[in-house]
Amino acid sequence: MTDKKKHKNEEPQELTVQESIQKILQRWGAVIWDFVDYMGGVALLGVRNFQVLFVYPLDFRYIIKQAYEIGVKSFTLTSLVAIFTGMVMALQLIVGLKRFGLELYTGQIVGVAITRELGPVLTALMMASRVGSGIAAEIGSMEVSEQILAIRAMGGSPIAKLVVPRILVTMVVTPILTVMSICIGIVGGMIVTMSEAGITSRFYFDQIKSTVQVYDFLSGVGKTIFFGFFIGAIACYQGLNTTKGTKGVGDATTKTVVICSIVIFISDFFLTKLFLLF
Amino acid sequence: MTEAIIKFESVSKSFDGKNILQDISFEVFPGETFCIVGGSGTGKSVALKLLMGLMPVDEGKIFFLGQEVTALNERELNKMRIKIGMVFQSAALFDSMCVYDNVAYPIRELGGYSEDDIATMVCEKLAVVGLSDTASLFPADLSGGMRKRVGLARAIAANPEVIVYDEPTTGLDPANVRRVDERVRLLQEKYKVTSIVVSHDMASIYRVADRVALLHERTFGFIGTLSEFKKATHPLVKQFIHGEIGAE
Repeated sequence: MTDKKKHKNEEPQELTVQESIQKILQRWGAVIWDFVDYMGGVALLGVRNFQVLFVYPLDFRYIIKQAYEIGVKSFTLTSLVAIFTGMVMALQLIVGLKRFGLELYTGQIVGVAITRELGPVLTALMMASRVGSGIAAEIGSMEVSEQILAIRAMGGSPIAKLVVPRILVTMVVTPILTVMSICIGIVGGMIVTMSEAGITSRFYFDQIKSTVQVYDFLSGVGKTIFFGFFIGAIACYQGLNTTKGTKGVGDATTKTVVICSIVIFISDFFLTKLFLLF
Repeated sequence: MTEAIIKFESVSKSFDGKNILQDISFEVFPGETFCIVGGSGTGKSVALKLLMGLMPVDEGKIFFLGQEVTALNERELNKMRIKIGMVFQSAALFDSMCVYDNVAYPIRELGGYSEDDIATMVCEKLAVVGLSDTASLFPADLSGGMRKRVGLARAIAANPEVIVYDEPTTGLDPANVRRVDERVRLLQEKYKVTSIVVSHDMASIYRVADRVALLHERTFGFIGTLSEFKKATHPLVKQFIHGEIGAE
């Protein structure tokens, strides 16, 4: 046996159970601390964003440009995801419910699931991957090429110029795209329900109308205002803190998508719980 | 005696415990071109960023037009920065904007001008740098030399009282170096602009400088007129000109 293998075998024996637990807790503690520290930075940027909003004038021309880049250009992607989600959901439900002769209720389940959960979350995830990564890459590139420094050197505020328009637009555009995704997803479900279960479109929509309440719609879409804020704030924060040249830009992009996705899932639970209180 | 427009008083700056500038003091007078020379990584660009208030000083004071820069808050700094034009080493043009919008940016930031006035000012500044026909192009369409000159047009767009140049000729061919130098000289002679040029390009320094300061081992080893610098009687200057000192 080589010295290296011996060392490998001996190492676990040196640690007691208590020490091992301590080590695991320390490691997880460090991860949680880093995450909390990171989110603290994002929160501070968010606060600064709202402070700046009332101090500097808004550049509406730039906001409209961002709305086009962030909103209009995301429509195809979010629609595609929505229609296939509705279709595959209906397909799976028909297969499952047929066993109990309940396939007539497909529309009801598709409607509630897409309106309350799938539409908002999937739209937000698509926005995080397309828009969040784009924002982080753009601002990150500006940071490493001294363009952000140039804004400051000319007496401007990078937060007013770059962060405020993007956070505002993501907060407005994400709910709009979600409403569209919900409608498209429901239509996707209808197409499959009609062809696979022989249910008429009228019956399908009647079922949805009788089940999906205004409250379901508002709680689903309401969450996406927060998702939009998280996507914009995390992406801008990551972009502004980019270092180490082009590699740093790549890292910022990846990190943005990962952190946005995690934050969307975590906040989804708490926001759902919060909305259930009303 | 004329009062200095820029004054550094015993300024020190360090990064991660490493001293970059130690107790540096100098003055820049109205209408002169003051060159800071030195090897790479000696803190020349840091001195410019400290003047602009883009990073805080550790010790010492900096004055601009009699105002203590080191005591200003961010809003006051923004007002002060409008009076200083900065030419970046990398040009730092905004990729998403065309040349026209890049040059118009500081004028719009200043506020109070109509779009017609802005158009006149942008065309005038582009003419100064010899790039009148590039207004609709994007930075990606320009050569390195053209980008630097657009950067210069942007720096002078809002008619600043001082222009600071961070290695304006680095990476350019000799013809473009000469073009940029001619513009720097033109601005000084025609518009009486005060300039600080950070560079290690000797030919360029000889063309534009009135006074030269040599930054070596965290402090100024020499400050004098261009003719004194050229004579190279000071041992440090002699070593620098002959390439015997400077960071690896």
